[in-house]
Amino acid sequence: MNFSVLQSQFASLAFQGIALGLIYSLVALGYTMVYGVLRLINFANSEVFMLGTFATLYVEAHIFKITNDSEQLHGIKLILVLLAALVGSMVVCAVLAMLVELVAYRRLRARGANRLASLISAIGVSIFLLEGVRIITQSRPLAAPRVLQKWSFGTVWGADIRIDTVLTIIIPIVVFVILDRFVTKTRLGKSIRAVSMSEENSKLMGININRVITLTFCIGGITTGVAAFLYTTVYENTVFKVGFTMGIAAFTAAVLGGIGNLRGAFYGGLALGILEQFASAILGGQWKAVTVFMVLVVVLLFKPNGLFGEAVQQTRT
Amino acid sequence: MSKFGNFNLRDKGAAIWAGWNRATRTIFVLVIVGLAALLPFSAQWGPTSFLNTPITSFENVLVYPIGMFVLMALGLNIVVGKSGLLDLGYVAFFAIGAYTQGIMSTTLGWNTWEIMPFGIGFAMLSGVLLGLPALRLRGDYLAIITLGFGEIVRIVALNLSATGGSEGIPGIPNPPAVLGFKFDLMHPQDFFWLVLFMILLVIWMIRRFTVRRPGRAWEAIRQDEDVAALMGVNTLVYKLWSFVIGAAVGGAAGVLYASKVMVISPDMFKFDVSILILACVVFGGIGNIWGVILGASILAYLPERIRFISDARQLVFGLVLIIMMNLRPDGLLPRKKREKIEEKRTM
Repeated sequence: MNFSVLQSQFASLAFQGIALGLIYSLVALGYTMVYGVLRLINFANSEVFMLGTFATLYVEAHIFKITNDSEQLHGIKLILVLLAALVGSMVVCAVLAMLVELVAYRRLRARGANRLASLISAIGVSIFLLEGVRIITQSRPLAAPRVLQKWSFGTVWGADIRIDTVLTIIIPIVVFVILDRFVTKTRLGKSIRAVSMSEENSKLMGININRVITLTFCIGGITTGVAAFLYTTVYENTVFKVGFTMGIAAFTAAVLGGIGNLRGAFYGGLALGILEQFASAILGGQWKAVTVFMVLVVVLLFKPNGLFGEAVQQTRT
Repeated sequence: MSKFGNFNLRDKGAAIWAGWNRATRTIFVLVIVGLAALLPFSAQWGPTSFLNTPITSFENVLVYPIGMFVLMALGLNIVVGKSGLLDLGYVAFFAIGAYTQGIMSTTLGWNTWEIMPFGIGFAMLSGVLLGLPALRLRGDYLAIITLGFGEIVRIVALNLSATGGSEGIPGIPNPPAVLGFKFDLMHPQDFFWLVLFMILLVIWMIRRFTVRRPGRAWEAIRQDEDVAALMGVNTLVYKLWSFVIGAAVGGAAGVLYASKVMVISPDMFKFDVSILILACVVFGGIGNIWGVILGASILAYLPERIRFISDARQLVFGLVLIIMMNLRPDGLLPRKKREKIEEKRTM
């Protein structure tokens, strides 16, 4: 127990926690969007994230040939490289997520199979991707080049405001605002919500269910891709098993906020990130997961549908 | 393709079984058990020697992973298959059993038979402690809670000094000999017979439960919890029972496992194990004992058999899961139709 950090590093911990939490939120969207329409846990999402980090790394290190020795990038060129890496990660993740839907879910859904069957086939896809990357990279972690020099804006209440942390806070918020507008205002967004309320009725209304589900996987993939880009930019390395911890944390975040709910994913991720930072500072890093789990149990005991969840009983099919 | 998907071996089997009288059934069961007991010798016998596995001998593969996985899959099947609760942290109970054996045998000097009730007891206790809050929640919330619990048990084992941290516990003794059966490195077949005995015990227990009140309550809960509650089934109590009985089987498997491998460490109790056991259950046929046994045997045996492609074997495993689930979403031996037959018979 080390409560003195609360005084000395409070702002710093909170700031880092918000940044980490927003990465969780973005990955949590990959779970929550899919859960919303299918009522299924998208188990392969953690591997989608993993491949996103490799895509980012590939764009930076192999397409733009950036190494740690090459000269620092500035201005337009820096923004271009980062943008290219971001788009690369988003495209890879979106395509992959749609492929996961095609391989693991579509056929089973058409046959009206047991939901556990789709869970296992998604786990199969997850194992396949994980092992594929493990064999290709020979289990070695890869370092990403430092594209973005981590200069600081200065300190606020003892917290170092660094450019990468600021980006990790701004970009997810932009993504969430766009997504929220998309889902509530546009025709496609409305069809997603319709399908999540009732698949049968949506079909009657002439909505193409398969297209909506593919679109949902695609959106989940895109947000996961953004998260993968941010993760690689901040931590500057990746390994084949990076998705596992991220997946569990993001899924926890989705449940904490109320799975199937966009804003739930946002606040759930935020809460989880901040909680993790403080728990590991006070209790030590190894008890982080235990604390998070305990909080999750307590929250679910009092709010059985998560902080912002709809009543699952009513929407259950 | 569709013919393959619709063919229901279990249905045929149930129909034949229903036509037999008691004596035929007894003989059939004895023959099957006898054949299973002969399995350790099959690797040496010409016609079945293709079963032999590279690297680890077939006798040892029969104990772990095959026997242990069948045992655990049967335990998890009570939770997932019978009452329809998604448990993603089943490895926790396995770990609790194994660590009970590890700690009690090295510090108190007890033997496996004396520790077994404690291993089962601790697993059941943790099942109650986890189940009481978690089972009030529905579906996928239970999944995340159990998943978290599985990780927590591993993390706690990794960070406590009593459990030896990441080094684990070395020097766990084998079970002492009973009735001339020696359970040590030189006698893997004796160990297999012990596991087989446990498996038979669990099968017997599950069958007893299934035809009695708990089995009917689980079936009702699995099909529709609200209706079950409305009809007067105390859903929380029966869910807790299935959860705790599943935990007990996991704990027993853990005690046996620790006394077989003699060294345990937190690495052996990762999330992958939970997933693998769940895959065994779903792959074989959720809720059907024979399906689960078949599924667990195949999924435990396959990676050992294809060790020659060592690096890619998990890759192949993933592919097999995807292809099989797409071809037979209800598992190799599904249960659905069999229940219809039973309904007819009881009517």
